[in-house]
Amino acid sequence: MDTLIIANKTFHSRLFLGTGKFSSNEIMQKAISASETEMVTAALKRVNADNSEEDDMLQHIFHENITFLPNTSGARDAEEAVFAAQIAQEALQTNWLKLEIHPDPRYLLPDPIQTLKATEKLVKMGFIVLPYIQADPVLCKLLEEVGAAAVMPLGSPIGTNKGLKTRDMIEIIVEQANVPVIVDAGIGAPSHAAEAMEMGVDACLINTAIAIAGNPIEMATAFKLAVQAGRMAYKARLAAMSDSAEASSPLTSFLQ
Amino acid sequence: MFSEIAEKYSWTQIESEINAKSKSDVEHALQVANLTIEDFKALVSPAAAEYLESMAQKSRIATQKRFGKTIQFYIPLYLSNKCINHCVYCGFNFNNKIERIVLSDEQILREVAVIKEMGYEHILLLTGESPKHAGVDYIEHAIKLVHPHFKQVTLEVQPMSMEDYQRLIAVGLHGVYVYQETYNKERYPTYHPAGIKSDYQWRLNTPDRLGKAEVHKIGLGALLGLENWRVEAVFMAMHLQYLEKKYWKTKYALAFPRIRPHAGEFMPNYIVSDKELAQMIWAFRIFDNDVEISLTTREDTEFRNHMIGLGVTAISAGSKTMPGGYAQDSEDLEQFAINDNRHPKEMLEVVKKAGYEVVWKDWDSYFEIEKEG
Repeated sequence: MDTLIIANKTFHSRLFLGTGKFSSNEIMQKAISASETEMVTAALKRVNADNSEEDDMLQHIFHENITFLPNTSGARDAEEAVFAAQIAQEALQTNWLKLEIHPDPRYLLPDPIQTLKATEKLVKMGFIVLPYIQADPVLCKLLEEVGAAAVMPLGSPIGTNKGLKTRDMIEIIVEQANVPVIVDAGIGAPSHAAEAMEMGVDACLINTAIAIAGNPIEMATAFKLAVQAGRMAYKARLAAMSDSAEASSPLTSFLQ
Repeated sequence: MFSEIAEKYSWTQIESEINAKSKSDVEHALQVANLTIEDFKALVSPAAAEYLESMAQKSRIATQKRFGKTIQFYIPLYLSNKCINHCVYCGFNFNNKIERIVLSDEQILREVAVIKEMGYEHILLLTGESPKHAGVDYIEHAIKLVHPHFKQVTLEVQPMSMEDYQRLIAVGLHGVYVYQETYNKERYPTYHPAGIKSDYQWRLNTPDRLGKAEVHKIGLGALLGLENWRVEAVFMAMHLQYLEKKYWKTKYALAFPRIRPHAGEFMPNYIVSDKELAQMIWAFRIFDNDVEISLTTREDTEFRNHMIGLGVTAISAGSKTMPGGYAQDSEDLEQFAINDNRHPKEMLEVVKKAGYEVVWKDWDSYFEIEKEG
């Protein structure tokens, strides 16, 4: 598969994984391995960042092939997110960050205003910021302008497995973007991931759909294949859909 | 304030509405995506007793979707059993001739050392109500003392003013559990005949004050065994719905403390069976997919083992309900008898075997920074 570049770093896989909700760290590790992902995110609040050698979850994530992407889940505003990012940077020696600011603890929907504010500040501080956001094309352009390394619009509310409910907006985002577009949240089945990739999305981030599947490891493999198939289909240019067969040319036959 | 809403409803009318729910009402409630309070009434009605399996299935799926295959662990730390209240069902009742203790700094830190050894990162501090011995100054001091050792500090103490809550939030308080005991306004004084706690409305509006103080988490509950649990559940559901809409940045949690009959103590007026408690928990899970639900060591081993993942998202283990109980084991002073004495390590194995991962830590102090302006 063609490579993906984010902030000058090359990724051979277009599937990113989240780490919440797994029934054990061992299963999570096997799912990560089966998915062949090269980027894995975890919530800072779940791990002991200041003692990462002894943190069981982190030890099951860290691997030479994997870029670890700490996220700020739990932050309610820009100030908290920036503070969390600094902790992550210091403790984990990384300037990569998945920015999550959701003041609403029920649907965990991102706050666009605080996210834009925090992105601007964090980029100036030298972070590589991947913000989790609503599928809002204007917001994506604004984030791009302040230096976001990629944008991560949601397909549907996090954990819902409902698929690409925001499809029309994501199409516009893909069309307009100068940075990679990663669909994050809501993808519930490999077919959803393939659909997103066929639309030209650069990568998908999956968590719940793998973590709570009957067999998370096989599901991770299924997502790997779906993302590859979707990407390949996009590159091969899909044939246009049509409602009727085009047997004759009744309106243009006079031109011959 | 929620009291203005609660006033509009009559206990007996809600009770008869619940009893009037039919099987088809239950089936409807099990089908719709967004449940109304009427649907919730059907789920806690006698008619729903035949649908427990479907309710359990739905709860399991909803819980997994939102919380994954994980269970949070937390532990209570009793700081004081001094109490000016006369709650007829409670071991800390003012009239009970028991030794009264308020833990000193040294004693608190000794408890902390034992608890840390067990692996805990989330701690729940509890006291009896004693403004003189365990008032807001004492609690503020205790939070400051334990906060460096834990990632999440919550409270279950007397209701306070919004200003006092703000004070405690500033030193690291994450959340507060305040149980109404009973939502039945007429019967409330029977159980709380004297002391500050006899003020029904002050207690009822406590979550509003917490919401205004912008605490991260608010826990609600009713003490099961006092009044008809089905009606308690409906008031609780209305309370939860009201709070979620009004204080939308706050996370909510529910607990289902159940009084069980045992000799020489307060006998529950309504005995809530395991089946009924499960029905109540599942009704809430189906009604609200996002609310946290905890189950304490009041419940026995068998029930707790089976409820993991069926709506429940947090459990305690190895709990002692007497002040000083971790460093020095004694059953004399406990608030209530523990039904599940398993050590957290043993409980961890049970959770693992059930196919769940224990979450010891789901918060960090960097979300508790003081804001500029």
